[in-house]
Amino acid sequence: MKGAYDIITIGGSAGSLSVLTMLLDALPENMRMPVVIVLHRLRNVESEMGRLLSATKKIREPEDKEPVKDHHFYLAPQNYHLMIEADKTFMLDYSELVNYSRPAIDMTFSSVAEVYGHRALCILLSGANKDGAEGLCEVIAAGGTGIAQDPQTATFEAMPQSAIDLCRDVKILTIEEIIKFIFFET
Amino acid sequence: MKEDISAVDFLDIINIVKLQYGYDFAGYVQASLKRRILRFMSRTNISTVFDLKHRLINDSELFTHMVQYITVNVTEMFRDPRFYRTLREEVLPKLAAYPNIKIWHAGCSTGEEVFSMAILLQEAGLLSRTKLYASDLNPMNLEKAATGIIPLDNMKDYTYNYIQSGGLADFSNYYTARYDNVLIKKELRKQINFFQHNLVTDTVFNEFQLICCRNVFIYFNRELQNHVLQLFYDSLSSRGYLAMGIRESMRFANIHKQYETVHAQEKIYRRKS
Repeated sequence: MKGAYDIITIGGSAGSLSVLTMLLDALPENMRMPVVIVLHRLRNVESEMGRLLSATKKIREPEDKEPVKDHHFYLAPQNYHLMIEADKTFMLDYSELVNYSRPAIDMTFSSVAEVYGHRALCILLSGANKDGAEGLCEVIAAGGTGIAQDPQTATFEAMPQSAIDLCRDVKILTIEEIIKFIFFET
Repeated sequence: MKEDISAVDFLDIINIVKLQYGYDFAGYVQASLKRRILRFMSRTNISTVFDLKHRLINDSELFTHMVQYITVNVTEMFRDPRFYRTLREEVLPKLAAYPNIKIWHAGCSTGEEVFSMAILLQEAGLLSRTKLYASDLNPMNLEKAATGIIPLDNMKDYTYNYIQSGGLADFSNYYTARYDNVLIKKELRKQINFFQHNLVTDTVFNEFQLICCRNVFIYFNRELQNHVLQLFYDSLSSRGYLAMGIRESMRFANIHKQYETVHAQEKIYRRKS
């Protein structure tokens, strides 16, 4: 249904870059809602990840307390967990690694589940560990929609497969199907 | 299913902690504090919020233990190497003009950032005329920091960070390794004074040319951020420097007009007059 979501959150790790680029380039320039991306990245190196991800979309790394705005693409900065507060501002967190990762996809998904409930759409792409699975299931439990990249099409299947194994009602879609879903259902 | 804490219970917990132990967490960002309280409950097998409240009132050891869990004590040496490069190249040469330098690390956790600063000062030839004040609200952190001991496993990352920050010495000159730990050399630590200070409830205690408070503001709401930025303003000498975490921003705080930006990307500011 059109207008069913207030946010799209995408998590990815090993093997997710190329599909993420494909997905981002396919999305319209002017999305009605914010798109928040969480990728596992190296922690203390300078990186131009935002620019690498998409030639067509301007992707910014949010600062603490910055409001989450519609029409914007955001990327979780290196070495912080990224969460969203009840007043729809970003909150950065420099606490322990979760699933060996900071940023951890679980942390972001979990806060999105709490703040956006059924208005959240979360997508979990290729990756070699289980980060994001619990968070995706929390999104679904809160009435939101959780999509896992079809493990058969993922370079590393562990991450989407963990979500599929952990809870029911995960939508299993290929990248092409995910793009269609975003076009027709959001 | 995940246990949750209602808004009323959350306030109760904050109030008990404040009245009983003098720690004021009311200005902390709720989402992360709640998550950390829940994590503490699950680790200590406290299954209901009622039990937690009851035990907090009656068991001060439990509270000491809880402070460990609900405050974030993660830190690294030379975290954000480019920040340290900027300090080296742009800030320390300015500080060199003072006969005596005083620097405050507020929220120093287990000391890794203040050790990094001591190394920078040593390399700039300024350490012997600098006093470093390093404070934290958590006494366990301060005890650990005062030992100067760091796990050996971390040193590979720290060495990498150090080199990225423009460090030219052999990093292993700054510590001695023994078994699974390293000891930061005494000569680097002798100018550091670790002490307890709570940014929420404690006040100005000295005047500084540089205050480093990195990745502390992210846990505070805007009101408390303003309060602490005022405290720092009052603690800085005229034209003194303030360094925040590289993702922390002053622009959402009312007080930002009293500071000028020295380095926008590395979040280094200066008291205006």
